[in-house]
Amino acid sequence: MTDSVLYSVLLLASLGIIAAVVLYVVSKKFYVYENPLIADVDEILPGANCAGCGSPGCKSFAERLVGSEDISDLFCPVGGNDVMKEVAAILGKEVVERDPTVAVLRCQGGCDVRPKTTEYQGPRTCAISAMIYSGETDCQYGCLGDGDCVKVCQFDAMYMDEATGLPVIITDKCTSCGACVEECPRDIIEMRPKNKRDLKIFVGCLNEDKGGIAKKACDVACIGCSKCEDICPKDAITMENQLAYIDAGLCTLCRKCVEVCPTHSIIETNFPPKKPKKVVEKKTVVKKVVKKVEVEKVEAEKVAVVKKEAVVKVELEKSKKDA
Amino acid sequence: MSQPIIISASPHVHSAKTSKKVMYDVVIALIPAFLVSLYVFGISALILTAVAVASCLLFEYLIQKYLLKSEITIGDGSALITGILLAFNLPAGLPIWMILVGSLVAIGIGKMSFGGLGFNIFNPALVGRVFLLVSFPVQMTMWPTAVENNTSIADAVTGATPLGLIKEGLMFGDTMTNISANLPSTMEMFLGISGGSIGEMSALALLLGGIYLLARKVITWHIPVTIIVTMAVMTGIFWVIDPESYASPLIHILSGGAILGAFYMATDMVTSPMTRKGMLIFAVGIAVITVVIRLFGAYPEGVSFAILIINAFVPLINTYFKPRRFGSKIKSKIV
Amino acid sequence: MLKTFPKGGIHPPENKITSSKGIKRMTVPKMVTVPIAQHIGIPAEIVVDKKDKVEIGQVIAKSGGFVSSNIHSPVAGTVTKIDQIIDLSGYKKQCIVIRTDAKNEANFEEKEYSLITEIQLDPKEIVQRISDYGVVGLGGATFPSHVKLNVKEGVKLDYLIINGVECEPYLTADHRLMLEKTAEIIVGIKILMKALHIEKAVIGIENNKKDAIKQFKELTKNESGIQVAALQVKYPQGGEKQLVRAILGREVPKNGLPLDVGVIVNNVGTIFAVYEAVQHNKPLMERVVTVTGKKMENPSNFWVKIGTPIKDLIAEVGGLPDGTRKLVNGGPMMGKAIKNTDVPVTKGTSGILVISEEEASRGKAENCIRCGECVTVCPMGLEPHLLMNLSEKGMYEKASSEDIMTCIECGSCSYVCPSHRPLLDYIRYGKNIVKKLETSKN
Repeated sequence: MTDSVLYSVLLLASLGIIAAVVLYVVSKKFYVYENPLIADVDEILPGANCAGCGSPGCKSFAERLVGSEDISDLFCPVGGNDVMKEVAAILGKEVVERDPTVAVLRCQGGCDVRPKTTEYQGPRTCAISAMIYSGETDCQYGCLGDGDCVKVCQFDAMYMDEATGLPVIITDKCTSCGACVEECPRDIIEMRPKNKRDLKIFVGCLNEDKGGIAKKACDVACIGCSKCEDICPKDAITMENQLAYIDAGLCTLCRKCVEVCPTHSIIETNFPPKKPKKVVEKKTVVKKVVKKVEVEKVEAEKVAVVKKEAVVKVELEKSKKDA
Repeated sequence: MSQPIIISASPHVHSAKTSKKVMYDVVIALIPAFLVSLYVFGISALILTAVAVASCLLFEYLIQKYLLKSEITIGDGSALITGILLAFNLPAGLPIWMILVGSLVAIGIGKMSFGGLGFNIFNPALVGRVFLLVSFPVQMTMWPTAVENNTSIADAVTGATPLGLIKEGLMFGDTMTNISANLPSTMEMFLGISGGSIGEMSALALLLGGIYLLARKVITWHIPVTIIVTMAVMTGIFWVIDPESYASPLIHILSGGAILGAFYMATDMVTSPMTRKGMLIFAVGIAVITVVIRLFGAYPEGVSFAILIINAFVPLINTYFKPRRFGSKIKSKIV
Repeated sequence: MLKTFPKGGIHPPENKITSSKGIKRMTVPKMVTVPIAQHIGIPAEIVVDKKDKVEIGQVIAKSGGFVSSNIHSPVAGTVTKIDQIIDLSGYKKQCIVIRTDAKNEANFEEKEYSLITEIQLDPKEIVQRISDYGVVGLGGATFPSHVKLNVKEGVKLDYLIINGVECEPYLTADHRLMLEKTAEIIVGIKILMKALHIEKAVIGIENNKKDAIKQFKELTKNESGIQVAALQVKYPQGGEKQLVRAILGREVPKNGLPLDVGVIVNNVGTIFAVYEAVQHNKPLMERVVTVTGKKMENPSNFWVKIGTPIKDLIAEVGGLPDGTRKLVNGGPMMGKAIKNTDVPVTKGTSGILVISEEEASRGKAENCIRCGECVTVCPMGLEPHLLMNLSEKGMYEKASSEDIMTCIECGSCSYVCPSHRPLLDYIRYGKNIVKKLETSKN
């Protein structure tokens, strides 16, 4: 009896010792040196592994930060300036401060304003439906509404609004990792600077079609009338392919363009309300405006033609002079 | 056009075959065997089947509704089949609470714990049956035999299955010639007057259903035929060598769960391989293990164990026996 | 036993309602919308301007590169618009809109050409002619024919296979063409044989077109080089690789072309276009289109000008039947659903299929029951269920090593799936991503 107890104790103990020796030898033999700074930096990084920085994960980003001489072009969008400053302090390198950004949805084409002309049957992912055709509506630039961006968001900062069929970005939760921007086959999500109090003005449309066609497809489409471009005091708005774009760097948030836009395709966020508006009234307003717009559009086009002719004349004269 | 045009990717036509139809075809195929069991065991067979089916459906509903909180799919016919097959693998007269336990294990552990239809590795009905067999060996091997007035189980005489008789006899050193005297005749076995689970009574009825399934293209010949042929060959070899110690292939195939297993359990789509090649290997494996258990194991019957064991190898078979890719080897040469 | 390919394949209901309907000439449409991307490869470059007068057969868009093709005006008229218009792809693409000249309409009556059997051009001139006259593969892939015929030196070819299989249900365009233009097609075959220096040609026809088989057999009795092969009816026998396997027993290597086994495959429609281009100097500006559907009043086959809006075609057969829910360009297995009836007919349009409510809806996708049907029917020996899962979960490298790129997108797997799983949808998507990954690697 005592023998068997003794044997088993000895056997187990010797097994343990042998295993310990093997482990020790292996750990010595296969030791890989790693800069301890990498672990320190990794500790500071948010650890979301969202790949918003361009590296596949926080660890590899830490390696890049430690490894490269100049880290001014590296930035962790999730951690923001605070984290980057801490990293800089540890590494003794310079970082460039960046304005915090946030994702915005550049499409307002909800079910009520952008009628569906076809019905898609198949797997409900934007990637696949975008491969087959231009979407259920007549707008081939706007949101497909299958929510690939929501699925890819790791921070629960997006959800699908069932009423409109569009994704909604919860600005407070958005870390601007850029995963949704990458995922969207239509490229309708843009990273824009997050100003104080999160005030933003941007064009909520990407429709490059001519005004009439765009308008037919979607009530709130940018029809390319150039009114905003004309009124903008800072030249922050440029027109290209019948579509306005607001340069956030130049925009002073004066909101003149928002008022002038006939289709309400320019979005302002988080501004204090000017006049209290009721949702019900808004719709009728939109419809009335539509008729006006059409008249105004014709005029605008006339103006544009005149302008073009003037430009041509100038050029002609120039070429004559040159000759 | 009142409704908008539908856009979808090609193909735009689909075959009429649906999972539901497949499931209900299996149910139809099981009807003859059920009728035979009704004839043999009377009301107790009906009770057993009804309880098993109802409890399987109920457990699936409860698990989907309250545990998984997923869509409820008890209408797809798969739980119905599990219930019927479980009942077919149980002896008539089993206490109702045991049937319930069997259903719970079959649906809960055998199917839903893997993620529901299509994800289970093991045949759910067999999981339930084997669980009962190892937990309640006595009740699970009390085989009531056919009685004249098929009304109450109390009148039934408890007998043994032919395979049980053979096993017992051989264990006590008896010869096959002596044992055969006590066995039902081959014809009786074929028609279904012998002891056993309610579903494995009549080889004829099961074959009828099997032919229906083959005709409806629900199953292919690969699995059932290979199982039966391999079993026949293996038991045949032993029988030829020593007919006094081994039963004939005919007895082996007609008795026990061989036909029920080959046509209905092993062919379960979810737990069988995808390719024809894989199916053949799968079937040979089942037959070999069944014969080994029957001839050399402690249990008289081994089809359930054999199927469950080979089920575990199906993912492996699917990985290593892939269809030949078109153009992967150039056979013909340019003349 | 008739010849066929050994692995996989399905036999969907044929529904060839229009097989006895002769090809009618469609009235010239008032407007044609000619997309500049009608072929695989680089879109053609537009060479006309708005308000230009164009003649019938005039080049309106020039080949934009090596793998590209000329596009000719199918009518005489005036260019009214060059704009982005929704085409078959479901997206807006550059199109040339031409208004047909009412005065010239009388000239459009197609002359009945007499058969010219003598081939005067030499091989190089033949290929040049085919290139100039914008001939592309009319079987559906619309690969520019001159590129296909431009075989590199050193590649040994011994067989020309003519694809008269038309394995898609509903479609009868090729069938009718084979019946009505048999002699012309045989001359076309000889032209290609001369251009490619090939001695032997085989016409593959499925056995559900017995009349066409008989007619070809009769007319090729005295032709030593041309054979007719009757094939078992099985989809997708019209796939190049399956057809070569069925007729010659040669297996095109993985990721290879029929050229690798000394074979070149052309569709009967293409052959006829070659005949017209080479013998009659006629550019490719019209084609046979089957307009069909179970509930259609008067389904038929038509000679249709490229660029004709589909609504004109539908009006020709008596309008859309009630309860129409889907319009398909091509056959039901590989055709593309189209977004509206303004979409124009292109060089690749072999049929317009109108599908009603009952057939149009896809079943709800259920769990895979691992029945293995998709594996059984896949003609390429793939495992569609596995590829779909890999592509859904983003495991593209594994999908690539499981040969996702060899999928010919025939749709047999989606057709048979009893759980209505969108197998091909995901496989196609996976292929797209794998292709992108591969090009970015190189």
